[in-house]
Amino acid sequence: MKSFAELGYPGRLIAVEGLDGAGKSTQIYLLKKWLEKQDIKVYFSEWNSSELVKSATSKGKKMTLLTPTTFCLIHATDFADRYERHLVPLIRAGYIVLCDRYIFTAFARDVVRGCRPEWVRGIYSFAALPDIVFFFRAELEVSLRRILQGRPQLKYFEAGMDLALSNDPYESFRIFQGRLLEQYLQMSKEFGFIEINANGCVEEQQSVVRQIVAKMIPLEKFAQSKSTVYINQE
Amino acid sequence: MSPKKLQNLVQKIPNKVIVPKPVHHKFYGYGVPGINPEALTGTLIVIEGADGSGRSTQISMLVDWLECTGHATVQSGLKRSTLVSEELNQAQKGNILSHTTLSLFYATDFADQLENVIIPALKSGFIVLADRYIYTLIARDMVRGIDETWLRNLYGLAVVPDAVFYLNVSPEILVQRNFAKNHSLDYWESGMDLGLSRDMFDSFLIYQKMLQDAFERLQEIYGFTVIDGNHSIEKIDNELKKKIETILKRKNTLKRKK
Repeated sequence: MKSFAELGYPGRLIAVEGLDGAGKSTQIYLLKKWLEKQDIKVYFSEWNSSELVKSATSKGKKMTLLTPTTFCLIHATDFADRYERHLVPLIRAGYIVLCDRYIFTAFARDVVRGCRPEWVRGIYSFAALPDIVFFFRAELEVSLRRILQGRPQLKYFEAGMDLALSNDPYESFRIFQGRLLEQYLQMSKEFGFIEINANGCVEEQQSVVRQIVAKMIPLEKFAQSKSTVYINQE
Repeated sequence: MSPKKLQNLVQKIPNKVIVPKPVHHKFYGYGVPGINPEALTGTLIVIEGADGSGRSTQISMLVDWLECTGHATVQSGLKRSTLVSEELNQAQKGNILSHTTLSLFYATDFADQLENVIIPALKSGFIVLADRYIYTLIARDMVRGIDETWLRNLYGLAVVPDAVFYLNVSPEILVQRNFAKNHSLDYWESGMDLGLSRDMFDSFLIYQKMLQDAFERLQEIYGFTVIDGNHSIEKIDNELKKKIETILKRKNTLKRKK
């Protein structure tokens, strides 16, 4: 598997990964603001957000029709749809694409659910690797506190209730998140994740993120004004 | 079936029911997590073939025959899952999904049927008659340029059937049968999404030939039985019954040997 840059695409893909409550979404949002302010072509894509596949996924989740296999496949379908229709065309057009979760989320979740790692990785092998993966690494207790404070109503699959780890959703969530963290830690070296200490404050983390992006991607090449005529409407 | 024929059939049925020996199954690849394939003691029979190859006619005749001879049956097919069949139809109508996405969508549908229909029935010792299986899905995707290794990994979740019969019908006869049935050709069965020809008739013939070639390739890998689907309904029916009977009986002799 190669990254988009290695494959010769003009655009770049940056992904954030980590447990729920690690602060990924906040950080990628701030990164997006910063890039946009520099007049850079940016596109943001979220996990599990393809319009067409969504209705099947939410039906499956609501009615708890999903098994580890179909859970994996329906998320792969969703990802493929976004990948083929949005991510690849935009990267070909020279965009910097920001992904809140990428294939590693599937690798972690599906394997914890009991799917064979080789099978899951084979399925996602059509996708190129991100040029940068930020792994927001927080202490398990920190992530748990953030999630359990803000949103006390846990959803069935989110809490890993389908794994029958515990009848108590909170206990199930704790065990499930712990297992996901193990998977992330195993993948971190293999895929060269850039670990960000997510126990620290927002600004500290964002500062590190921005410095790394600026170092690894020649941002001046991605500015809109470089390639398109900009007409000021005023 | 005419009443006379039915009567003949009734008279031919012996009282003694063939008791198939439970056979342990295998998965093609990594299989389904949490399922021990050895616990699948039923029989899985797959009928493959294009639209108009006579699959459904043959299956309904087989179901009738199997049940009359004392076997419990369950049928499965493609695009029948509660989970995604509706969305799949919608996606096909709009033709908005790209190849990998559509392929995975179909795989989701298949997995749902596999886990909710096929596997439970095999666990209970039923005879499952599958109206198409992974081979149609793989052949369609191969024709659309999807990597074969990728497909074989994906469908490694499938149970290896006890028999696969491929009803091979020449594209020219398929055209005639489709017209006789619907007076029109189906967009997807004509492979119109591939842009082979803007003429649907031409596209149908080219596409069906491509599928046949793909099936030929798959036959080498998966080794299924090719049935000449150009023959009459009765002739094919007889051939299938004979072959299925051998499968059920062979299991029986194995049991006696023990």
